[in-house]
Amino acid sequence: MNIITSPNKLRGIEGRIRVEKVSRRSILKGLGIAGGLVLAAPVMSRQAFAAYQTGAGKMPHGTVVDPRVFVAIASDGTVTIVAHRSEMGTGVRTSLPLIVAEEMEADWSRVKVAQAHGDEVKYGNQDTDGSRSTRHYLIPMREIGASARTMLEAAAAKRWGVPPTEVKAVNHEVVHSASGRHLGFGELAADAAKESVPAVEGLKLKDPKDFRYLGKGQVSIVDLRDITVGTAHYGSDTRLPGMKYAVIARPPVTGGKLVSFDGTAAMKVSGVEKVMEVQGWPWPSKFQPLGGVAVIARNTGAAIKGRDALKIVWDDGANGKYESAAYRTELEAAARKPGLVVRKEGDVDAALKAADKVIVGEYYLPHLAHVSMEPPVAVADVKDGKAEIWAPVQSPGGTREDVAKTLGIPEENVTVNVTLLGGGFGRKSKCDFALEAALLSKTLGAPVKVQWTREDDVRHDFLHTVSAERIEAGLDKNGKVIAWRHRSVAPTIASTFAAGAAHAASFELGMGLVDMPFEIANIQCENPEAAAHTRIGWFRSVSNIPRAFAVQSMVGELAHATNRDQKDMLLELIGSPRIVKLDSVKDLWNYGEPYDSYPIDTARLRRVVEVVADKGGWGRTMPKGHGLGIAVHRSFVSYIATIIEVSVGEKGKLTVHQVDTAIDCGMFVNPERIQSQIEGAAIMGLSLAKYGEITFRDGKVQQGNFDDFPVIRIDEAPLVTNVYIVPADTDTPPSGAGEPGLPPFAPALANAIFAATGKRIRALPIGKQLET
Amino acid sequence: MKSEETIMIKLKINGQERSWDGDPDLPLLWFIRDEIGLTGTKFGCGQAFCGACTVIVNKQAIRACITSVSDVVDREVTTIEGLHPTGDHPVQKAWRQGNVPQCGYCQTGQIMQAAALLMENPKPTHDQILEAMSGNICRCGCYQRIANAVQLASTGV
Repeated sequence: MNIITSPNKLRGIEGRIRVEKVSRRSILKGLGIAGGLVLAAPVMSRQAFAAYQTGAGKMPHGTVVDPRVFVAIASDGTVTIVAHRSEMGTGVRTSLPLIVAEEMEADWSRVKVAQAHGDEVKYGNQDTDGSRSTRHYLIPMREIGASARTMLEAAAAKRWGVPPTEVKAVNHEVVHSASGRHLGFGELAADAAKESVPAVEGLKLKDPKDFRYLGKGQVSIVDLRDITVGTAHYGSDTRLPGMKYAVIARPPVTGGKLVSFDGTAAMKVSGVEKVMEVQGWPWPSKFQPLGGVAVIARNTGAAIKGRDALKIVWDDGANGKYESAAYRTELEAAARKPGLVVRKEGDVDAALKAADKVIVGEYYLPHLAHVSMEPPVAVADVKDGKAEIWAPVQSPGGTREDVAKTLGIPEENVTVNVTLLGGGFGRKSKCDFALEAALLSKTLGAPVKVQWTREDDVRHDFLHTVSAERIEAGLDKNGKVIAWRHRSVAPTIASTFAAGAAHAASFELGMGLVDMPFEIANIQCENPEAAAHTRIGWFRSVSNIPRAFAVQSMVGELAHATNRDQKDMLLELIGSPRIVKLDSVKDLWNYGEPYDSYPIDTARLRRVVEVVADKGGWGRTMPKGHGLGIAVHRSFVSYIATIIEVSVGEKGKLTVHQVDTAIDCGMFVNPERIQSQIEGAAIMGLSLAKYGEITFRDGKVQQGNFDDFPVIRIDEAPLVTNVYIVPADTDTPPSGAGEPGLPPFAPALANAIFAATGKRIRALPIGKQLET
Repeated sequence: MKSEETIMIKLKINGQERSWDGDPDLPLLWFIRDEIGLTGTKFGCGQAFCGACTVIVNKQAIRACITSVSDVVDREVTTIEGLHPTGDHPVQKAWRQGNVPQCGYCQTGQIMQAAALLMENPKPTHDQILEAMSGNICRCGCYQRIANAVQLASTGV
């Protein structure tokens, strides 16, 4: 049994963890920008301004609060701000620099954003996942901006021979209102660079009423124009002189091995230059490459054609027997038997026995592939004991460590250039594709691009887990729920790191199982064992998908069983406004955040339900065949409720007419990007609910492309998604926005379908279930 | 099976003459991206399911991933780089006005598809827009904004 208590420790399994504290170097390489601020920074404490604590300091390499690292000002006034997190579509490459610009009083139109390469000692943690960027970096970015502003003001005060208290930075210049003098940031840059970095304790942050950008949403993403004209640079867009193009045939079964290959026919394909073996690692292989046979060519098309001509013999290994249908039966059987108790309040067995009525819901959700529009791709140039990588990676720091380890060279000799990510959704947290490129480049002595085809992406993904969820709810004679047992059984992400891991890691338990917020006297959560037979990984919102589906579908089932309105049932189950106590949960994982700052607050949970019900017109009169469904879920320490209107027409044709979502994510930076994340989550939610299913036969993934693993297209997409951001004051800690939109979608949809048709969807995808 | 070595293919990409003496069956996508270096056209599926590689040939949107170089001999191919000299085609402007993209990867294909639609039908209805854009997948889920932006481009930005 392997129980892993936190993602940090997961990285520990890989031997990645070094020092879990704030660290920085006193002398740092600058951005190479002439006239840049060159500042020395002491170690700064995180407590000074934050009215709350976050888990940022506990992430590997913590945070770095240093204007010298993040800000440069050129003599022409151009301010360059470093984005150290990866851009995969959430807008983080804009929103974090925007926070710095806000605090330093920079004019956004004169700000340029520079992308950091992978260097967590220099920049702090860069692992862009877990919907963490804003919640971990709002305060550090404000402090960096405030430091830079203070230094600019000090430089101006010295120039004028006035006390610093008499000057003020306003919109890209420092003014002395008593004398009417003013100096632009560019004019002050050289002097400001000579100022010492102020202690964080003495920094004065802007009054939120003076914010020009934060919370406003008028700033478009920095890459908008480049995206529309085709110059935005993604992983696949890197081209180096002499670069070779590679595609790889990988073992079709997880844990399989190459026995032999014949590349004769492949070598005859025009443009193919070489066929060679790629090193693979034994399963569980963490993020290491799967191995296989690479075809090297002068362009990607030739490499693909060459690969088609390969003759390969594989040894499938123990997972060659993996069959989805049989495995489903196994999971469902496991969910009907007692499992490891991971939360226990009251006596659920006694309460279920004493109940007037017991409602049982059994739910099944299959494996999912990420299918980001940009399949995995990376370029590597390895020579003279050094490696340079260009790749769309969510974790550039982790990639750097893994490349160094894989090639056996010091980390200092590895440079990871972070391109834009053509979607990530968790897939690009794992850098196996960059490691493949590094290995091939080392062998060939030339720069190499490894391009995954769509089929490679679907068949060799780190898949979203497959899950059986079983909930038994006991009702007393008044229809009040007095007992709740939830068994959740699914292969764990930990199995990708540790052989034989069969129970959920605590971070998986914390995603919708043990943190279930209902006010019920007798609660028991159990986690029976499940063996993994393929690579399991993080997928946008992770275990919240099956748990929210089960819990919120069960709310709909209970409403029906007791003849109550879904929303009323939901509010009754949430119960009184309170902070949920989870004393019986060992190693409670709260998205890496301290519970004091980010407790489960049922007042906030209730409020998003009430807001969406009010704004979204809950209870409105529906045309015949239409139905409304509702669901709420807290994930990534944000609160989200969704209402969906559907109709089911002839031959089971499902139409989503409208989606209304209320989100409370604490203090927020860019409401326009929050809105886009929620709009996108509705599309992704419908994709997984309607079509999403990866199946295995003989250990091999049966799907390969968008024909057999379809995602929603524009002509079936919900085109009315209304988003209501519940306002929060600036003392409310920021929380996630990238992932939380997804979990409530599928159960709200299932509840809506039930309202429209009386048919209860308990297994996803919906597929053809509505046709009969 | 065509003879590969001896054919010299000539085609025009964004107004510029190009030639290719390699495999005539090479998908146009890889010729554009790898051989010429115009990387605005994206690879998404290789099977014409997703539209990320959409380019315009003789006023028609086509999928470059399943179109051979030999299929466009002597034709005019327009990629995103050649859509408008300053990047201010009405569709591009509408895209920016509507803050359409999230990750942005599929957007050049979406824009080329929309531009081709408006060439053929300058005032499409809502349903015509959805039909024309239904071959282009966006995994981030920008469809609501894509539909609105195409409408905006058709009514004047």
